[in-house]
Amino acid sequence: MSARTQTSATNVQNLPNGGGAAAILAAGIGALLVAVFALVADKSPAVKSVMIFYKRTGPLSGVTTCAIAAWLITWFALDRRWRGRAVAMGRVRAAALALLILGVLLTFPPLADLF
Amino acid sequence: MEITTRSLLTLLHGMGFGALYLMACSGALVEIYRHYDSSFRPANEFDDERFLRRYLTTMAVLAWLTVLTGAYVIYPWYRAVPPAGTVDFASFPQRLLLSSPTTSGWHSIGMEWKEHIAWIVPISITMAAAVFARHGRILKAQPELRFAVLGFVWISLVAAGIAGFFGAMINKNAPVEGGAMIHITQGDK
Repeated sequence: MSARTQTSATNVQNLPNGGGAAAILAAGIGALLVAVFALVADKSPAVKSVMIFYKRTGPLSGVTTCAIAAWLITWFALDRRWRGRAVAMGRVRAAALALLILGVLLTFPPLADLF
Repeated sequence: MEITTRSLLTLLHGMGFGALYLMACSGALVEIYRHYDSSFRPANEFDDERFLRRYLTTMAVLAWLTVLTGAYVIYPWYRAVPPAGTVDFASFPQRLLLSSPTTSGWHSIGMEWKEHIAWIVPISITMAAAVFARHGRILKAQPELRFAVLGFVWISLVAAGIAGFFGAMINKNAPVEGGAMIHITQGDK
């Protein structure tokens, strides 16, 4: 590899990807939180009743509102921390996709009922 | 030919927003692969990026419209509780499904899964739209960032497909009906 190619590769790795990494990891966390809040509301009658933000929609209104709010807050916090920085994207990608897949699986009722 | 207002709004939720999102999702995946293909040389890269940004933003709007109309317009009609002594559950889809062991699974698995997995779609596509809007230029040089976004778009397609499938099957077994009747055309006698 020539010196010029090495420099180019190093520059690419050092591009500030922190904003993108923050958005991706927060989305993974948000997806998992939808499932976790739904699971907790399903198992606990007290939480279920607290989650009724809009009576006609029932606990789904609180579950999803809380998950969306937590996702946006997480995104904002991570973005403030990582914006303008170069982040190790491989680990962030693996964590975010794992959280997303876990979120999808935990929304499946027969799997959620195992807890 | 006539349709009830509830049926019409259910159609708008499922076909107008949800199905359109599903179709747009496959288009987005093709467009993202094409845009970042190393052999692709657009006539005007700026216009091409702007198109992709607008496309993904429109998809995010569609995804939010789908879940919000689903949760706050259609779902309350679906889960309405019949007055005591009701024997005809035609206007109470959830109770109609639960009244028979051959259909109860459409609620206990189908609706229970659909009502939650659907929310993963707007989260995923909003993130994708935001990343393309803010970092579209560096995505060509950042394959890991690009593949992560692509992974979310793929899973949003799967999640929207699951929600759409169960929505269609639930509405087939226990349609949301009611409200004012809209007359579309007068049929032949």
